[in-house]
Amino acid sequence: MDLDRSPADEAFRAEARAWLRARVPSEPLPSLETAEGFAAHRAWEAELAAAGWSVVNWPRRYGGQDCGLLRWLLFEEEYYAAGAPGRVGQNGVSLLAPTLLDHGTEEQRARVLPPMATGEVVWAQAWSEPEAGSDLAALRARAVRGDGGWLLSGQKTWSSRAAFADRAFGLFRTDPDTPKPHQGLTYLMFDLRAPGVTVRPIGRLDGKPAFAELFLDEVFVPDEDVIGEPGQGWRIAMSTAANERGLTLRSPGRFLASADRLHALWVERGCPEAAAAQVADALIGARAYQLFTQAAAARFLAGERLGPESSLNKVFWSEYDIALHETALDLLGAPEAQGEAADTDWSQGYVFALAGPIYAGTNEIQRDIVAEQLLGLPRGRRR
Amino acid sequence: MTSPGPAAPPPRFLLDAEQRAFARSLDAMLGAAGTPAVIRDWSRGERAGGLALWSRIAEAGVFALAVPEAYEGLGPRPVDLAVAFVELGRHAVPGPLVETVAAAALLLEPGPAERFLPALATGRSMATLAAAGSYAVDGDAAELRLAVDADGLRLAPGHGPVRPSLDPARRLTRLLPGGELLVPDPPVDRGLRWARLATAAQALGVGLALLERTVAYVGRRVQFGVPVGSFQAVKHRLADARIALEFARPLVLGAAVTMSAVDVAAAKVSACEAAYATARTALHLHGAIGYTAEYDLSLWLTKARALRTAWGTPQECRAEVLRGHA
Repeated sequence: MDLDRSPADEAFRAEARAWLRARVPSEPLPSLETAEGFAAHRAWEAELAAAGWSVVNWPRRYGGQDCGLLRWLLFEEEYYAAGAPGRVGQNGVSLLAPTLLDHGTEEQRARVLPPMATGEVVWAQAWSEPEAGSDLAALRARAVRGDGGWLLSGQKTWSSRAAFADRAFGLFRTDPDTPKPHQGLTYLMFDLRAPGVTVRPIGRLDGKPAFAELFLDEVFVPDEDVIGEPGQGWRIAMSTAANERGLTLRSPGRFLASADRLHALWVERGCPEAAAAQVADALIGARAYQLFTQAAAARFLAGERLGPESSLNKVFWSEYDIALHETALDLLGAPEAQGEAADTDWSQGYVFALAGPIYAGTNEIQRDIVAEQLLGLPRGRRR
Repeated sequence: MTSPGPAAPPPRFLLDAEQRAFARSLDAMLGAAGTPAVIRDWSRGERAGGLALWSRIAEAGVFALAVPEAYEGLGPRPVDLAVAFVELGRHAVPGPLVETVAAAALLLEPGPAERFLPALATGRSMATLAAAGSYAVDGDAAELRLAVDADGLRLAPGHGPVRPSLDPARRLTRLLPGGELLVPDPPVDRGLRWARLATAAQALGVGLALLERTVAYVGRRVQFGVPVGSFQAVKHRLADARIALEFARPLVLGAAVTMSAVDVAAAKVSACEAAYATARTALHLHGAIGYTAEYDLSLWLTKARALRTAWGTPQECRAEVLRGHA
């Protein structure tokens, strides 16, 4: 066992660090959940892409450096340590792109991935519906066969980034007569500005339109925008959800940097003893997540299927993220009583973190997966 | 414990095939040894079974991992040692395991090393260790009783009466003051790092065993006509235990690689808290039967509590993490 990095890895890290030091904006960009901030973040993605840093672990032909997961982890450490902006393209990059790499056609990859890498096309997800949340397979939005493609009708909701994004991907029911609800679903990509699409932004807890409802009325999707075979959508969505996505949805770099900042805040406040345990746990948790992810990535690269293990990850980081931000807000509470100020990086990070246990499969769904698929406990009703 | 052939590249971030095989063979050996009866005897001061098991653990090379080759050891190999201690914890093996390893780390001066380390490496003697005035585990069983006082590391002349621990297999004894001064300026930091690493690994193994036993129990215990393990309230507690243990494991192995004071303290607090939380869950999900001394689960439950404060309370370990953070 070895935790050392090769000289080539360290050179990669140094190169990333130097570029980020020179180029990360000195003033934070406006929130990406506003029109102005969304545009600024899109421009930042273009700048990253021009220098080859936007999707380092992708194949070169789509705009990456083909650097591998382990160097991607190093890049992420440098990225967040440099205080670089949040990634407006995250939905597409961490959810749609791995799906296309596994299940898409070469034509789809060549057409979709390069503009995703540059931020020219920003993607929203369209999974949930008013009556299909944790029970995603209960979804009802349908795709009906038309001439040369499909016509989408129905309603999607809690669609992250959809207020300002260009396109969306999600599951639709193409066969309403299957014996089981997760059969007859198809994975589709569609244009958010196509005729028949109405986007109604929804204000999240702090009022910013971080997600939206989508109303779809016979929206045409050409056959070339179907991923995999019609009717195979559930299997395709889940296989990606459980594998690489489990590793790339939240990188350890983000939490290592946040834990460092929390420690600095604690020191700045005079090292209050009352917060010592929480601050130590933030440092320990970030290190645990870093080491866990490195080992998981190494096993993934050795050909192991991670599958349900990604559920361990999701519960860990989503709860960790909230605890870390709560500690920071508590520290800000004295002596200047600014723990409740809404415009600090900490409070904005807190609002963002609060959604973590809910999206991408609630933590209850993840615990069911851990219990049933990793521990082998009997399946039962969700009660 | 030979090195892998040239065909196998050293795996980054992962145990190699040989380390995994070492863990499996220890697990099999300890499983066949029937540790619960040995533990119960040990708790009453009847040591024959425990001493026989100690010899077999030594023959497998476990203590030698903490001792350099010059003194009949195979080490120092902290990663392999951590792998072994997970298995010792999994089977709740009794005796001053951690203390023997920490003693080896403290006795590395040429004179004392030649005199004591070969016997520790080969299992001919067991050691216990404590700061002067503190309780030493199994002082009645260990031939080598070491005390650290203001002058250095001493060979304690004896021990006081046995005081029971919450974990009956850990027999607490105060070491008598005075005795031969072995090392005037012992490497206390190194001893503490080895003690904490071994305790963390042992606690991880205790937690894994508690989880495994509880999963098996809730799968066969039927209430309302179904196994209680099919209830979401039960599943989620066990899922949380699994998550805590899975995130403690890389900290333990990572600490064994770096042996930095911060990483070792982080591993200690995480593994011990994960094991303790798992113990609480295990007790609760077993219901009343888990609350009995007679049921073997108690052998692991009580150890999880004892290890939490052994060689560094959670507060002390967190303070170390904060002190060492650059």
